[in-house]
Parts: sequence; structure tokens; C-alpha cells
Amino acid sequence: MSVSTRSPAAPTRMRTTGRSQRGPLAWLRRNIIVVLGTLAFIYLLLPNLIVVIFSFNNPTGRFNYSWSAFSLDAWLHPCGAPGMCSALGLSLKIGVTATILATILGTLAAFALTRHRFRGRALINLLIFMPMATPEVVMGSSLLTLFIGLRFPLGAWTIIIAHVMFCVSFVIVTVKARVAGLDPNLEEAAADLYSNERQTFLRVTLPLVAPGIAAGALLAFSLSFDDYIITNFNAGSDVTFPMYIWGAAQRGTPVQINVIGTIMFLVALIAVAVGQVIGARRRRSAA
Amino acid sequence: MSAIGSLGGAGGRTKTAPDRPEKRRLTPYWLLVPGMAWLLIFFVVPMVFLGSQSLQTGSFEDGTKLTWNFSIYWETLRGYWPHYARSIGFAALATIAALLIGYPLAYMIAHKSGRWKNILLVLVIAPFFTSFLIRTLAWKTILSSGGPVVWFFQQTHLTDLLQWLHLTDKDTLLATPFAVIAGLTYNFLPFMVLPLYASLDRLDHRLLEAAGDLYSRPFTAFRRVTLPLSMPGVVAGTLLTFIPAAGDYINSVLLGNTRSTMIGQVIDGQFLRVLDYPQAATMSFILLIIILAIVMTYVRRSGTEELV
Repeated sequence: MSVSTRSPAAPTRMRTTGRSQRGPLAWLRRNIIVVLGTLAFIYLLLPNLIVVIFSFNNPTGRFNYSWSAFSLDAWLHPCGAPGMCSALGLSLKIGVTATILATILGTLAAFALTRHRFRGRALINLLIFMPMATPEVVMGSSLLTLFIGLRFPLGAWTIIIAHVMFCVSFVIVTVKARVAGLDPNLEEAAADLYSNERQTFLRVTLPLVAPGIAAGALLAFSLSFDDYIITNFNAGSDVTFPMYIWGAAQRGTPVQINVIGTIMFLVALIAVAVGQVIGARRRRSAA
Repeated sequence: MSAIGSLGGAGGRTKTAPDRPEKRRLTPYWLLVPGMAWLLIFFVVPMVFLGSQSLQTGSFEDGTKLTWNFSIYWETLRGYWPHYARSIGFAALATIAALLIGYPLAYMIAHKSGRWKNILLVLVIAPFFTSFLIRTLAWKTILSSGGPVVWFFQQTHLTDLLQWLHLTDKDTLLATPFAVIAGLTYNFLPFMVLPLYASLDRLDHRLLEAAGDLYSRPFTAFRRVTLPLSMPGVVAGTLLTFIPAAGDYINSVLLGNTRSTMIGQVIDGQFLRVLDYPQAATMSFILLIIILAIVMTYVRRSGTEELV
């Protein structure tokens, strides 16, 4: 059956690509997408490679932009740059707090939007979409006018408030996609087996949605940890890791910045690899 | 599929809890209240504060008072229109560049990667694993004078072309508008690639084969089949690139010069150094209005209302 449907298609494909099969130009023509895609990947990943290489640099001046000599110095003294590790600690604390809050708020809202019918849905969707469609500088400056207007002291808590605000929408969108893609038969089966609503939710729904919640939380953390513009408006005298780098770009960039960048890259890469392995194993045991 | 799914889900629900419909109807609101209250208080209310701040007069020392000073909007536009125009222009160029670079990339991942697909998708988001600012600083190394990139641009006379377009000066690439646009393109490229990938991944191969069977050349098949079907991804990707790029000033400060100053940088300075809050709030509000107007026109014209 399948052989008979496939055989007439083969000559037609020959016809469309039949002209000029040999030569480097023909090769380029056939593989143009892979060539352009690979070049795009180089463009995308080259800076990460530079960051890793320059973590082993021993720069001559205050700035770590040109290569001079190999050194393990920064790796042996990662906190050698004054103020950097306390900025990093603050960013981690803020990132974790904002991620937990945004993930809880976002997951609840995602369930409401996928599992319930209610009035005012269009307005709610607009409210969720707006923070993603507003430039950071506008959100940061408007929050600052709010805090100034209410005489609310700036610091770690105003940063957390701001981060939760712009992370919630991203968590909602991520979790919503997962909940909407769930197979309703599984929950029905649980109900048929006399599981009550609470048991069904905790034992069936939540484990199935968990990868979506984890993805949303990871996204929220990386957005929070990496944010400079909104944070800079609402930080007061506190200094987060991105703010430290911003200052360093003016005063002089210690090599330790690259060490932290490299470590972050490796940790995230390992986390993703572990996630993939767990996911593959789960699928295998489910099958 | 999803419509059937939601119907099935609703069916399963009524089976387990048919007795308290009154309470059920309120459930979505209880679930929504915390998140939406947060967005209302810390996103919508600040916008009102921003609008009100922009119409006040006074100084930082003596405090400001609401005087409905609308003239400040015209004065700001007259004084700073080059910064707005530059921000929109740079963001538009970066968006076009990201689309041209991102489309083949997304197509390759969706249709040419086979079992490497997941790994390539991770590589697209891998740049995010290292801080935005650290990576932007890495471009200082890549584009530095005497480096291989500048050499390549000189050999291929691309430097002359860029100079003719007023995007670079002399034979350098760093501290020029070109570097800012390249940085913006680079930083927001994953936001372009992911939605493009999502819509290209759904593309049915048989449609392209059908086009080939009907004697369509590969380019015609792309123009008449692939491109129209990937339009939702194109619209989402261009918005996700353009909006943050227009407000960004990290690239223009780190990779640009005084002639490539973008509006975000001016707003930041007015708020945090000059402390002229009414002026700063006006600038911020004008940027918001310009971007909303562009986004709404674009979405309306491209005919894709459903984005979220």
C-alpha cells in the first residue's frame, strides 16, 4: 500500500531538483538552509565561547577585552573581585524569591484560564499580554514613580516586586500550554476509579503538569537573574550581579565575571541534560 | 483537538462534583485574584502614576504638583525626536536582520535536524545561560579593531558599504551604530527563532511535496506555501524582537557611541541622575504610546489577532 503511493512521488522529486546536480554551487544550493542555519548558530554561540576563553585570560590593563596570557588566577579566586560575590548572592536570593512567588501566582492563573469558563476573559488575557508588550524601561520607570509616590523605600523588596510582575505573564503562558495539552482521558480514568477531585489533582494532574511548571519557573529565574534595566530603576542603593557588571564595564572588568558566566553556563547545561535524561526515562517507563 | 479536550475535561469534572455549582463558579476568580492583583497594582497602577507624573510641574527639591501640563509632550517630542527615531529605526533594522538570520535557523531545526532537534533547540536558548551583559561585553572583543571580524569586513569591502550607509565610521566596527544593531539582533535572536520554529514545526511536509508535484519551483513553493503558513510565527517573533529592542539601552551604551544614543538611555539618565521626574515620565509615556501604536497597527495589518 505505502510502496504504491510512494513510487509515483519519486520521479517528481527528481524533476524539481533535477537540474545541475554536481559542483560546489549545486551543493550550496541543495544545502543552503543548513549552511545559513549553521552560520546563525555560530553568530548565536560565539559570545559564549569568548566568555569561556577569556575566563582564562591574564589581562594587562583594567579591561578583559583582548587576550594577553593564559592564567588560572580568576578560577582559583572566584571572589577575588571586590563586591562581586555579594552582588551575586543578592541576585540569587532575589531570583529564588521572585521565582517562587511568580510560579505560584502564574500556575494558579494558568489553571483558571484553561479549566474554567468565566466572564472577563478577554480583559484578563490583555492584562497578561501587556507586560510582555511593554519595553522594560517603561515598566521600570513607572514602578519607580509608584514607589516614589508612595514613599516606599527602595531595595531588595522593590526589586522582588518588580521581578514577580514581569515574570508572572511568562509563567502563565508556559504553564497554560502544558495544561491545555493534557489528555483529559487520564483524569477521567482517575474519576472512574473513584478517585476524588483532590486525589485526582494531586496524583494525576499535578505530576503531568509539573514539567510545564518547572519550565515556567526556570524561565522566571533566568529572567529575574539576568534583568538589568527594571532592576536598575528600583534597586535604590542595592547592587545585583547585572548591576555590578554594568558598573564594571565603566570601571574595569575583572576576569572573575567571565568565571561566573562560565559556571552559570555549565550549571544550566547540566540541568537541561539531566532534565532530558529524566524525561526520556519517564517516557520509556510509561511506554 | 484542544476543543474536544476541553469538552472532555469539563465532562469529567461535572461527574466528580455536581453538587456545589455555586462554589465552582467562583473558583476561577479565586485562582486569578493573586496574580491579576499583582499585575494591577504593580503594572497598571504604575502606568497611571507615570501618566500623572508627566503632567506635573515642580522640581525634585520642592516636590511636584499636578498642573495638567500637556505642553511638555510637544516640547519633549520636539527636543528628543532624533532619539525616538533612532530607537525605532535601530529596533526595526535589528528585527529585520533577526528575521533573515532566524528563519533559516528555525527551518533547519524544524525540518533538517532529525534526531538532533532537541539538542539544537537547547543550543538556541543556551546563550541565555550566561548573563545578557557578559555576552554583550564579549562583542567588544569580537568586534575590536585588529580582530578577525574587522579584517574580514575590510577584505570584503563591507566596511566601505557600512560607512556609506553611515552605520560605521572609518575602519572600525566597535562604538558605531552598526555594532549596536548587531548587538540588538544577537541579543533578541532567540525570541525570533522560537516562535518561528513553533509554526514551522507544524508545517506538513506533504504540502510542499504537493507543490513540487504541481511543478512549483522550490522558491515558489516557499513563497506560496511555507511563508504564508509560518506567518503567525513571523508576527510573534518580530513583536518579541522589536518591542524589547526599541526600549533597550544596554547595547547602545556598551557597543555604541554618543551618536547612537537610544531613548532608553535618556530616560534612565533623566530619572536616576538629572532627577527631573516629570520630564522623564513624559519621555517614558511617549515611548509606550509609540510602541503600542506600532504594535497595534502591525497586528491589525498582519491579520493575526490571536497571539497569547
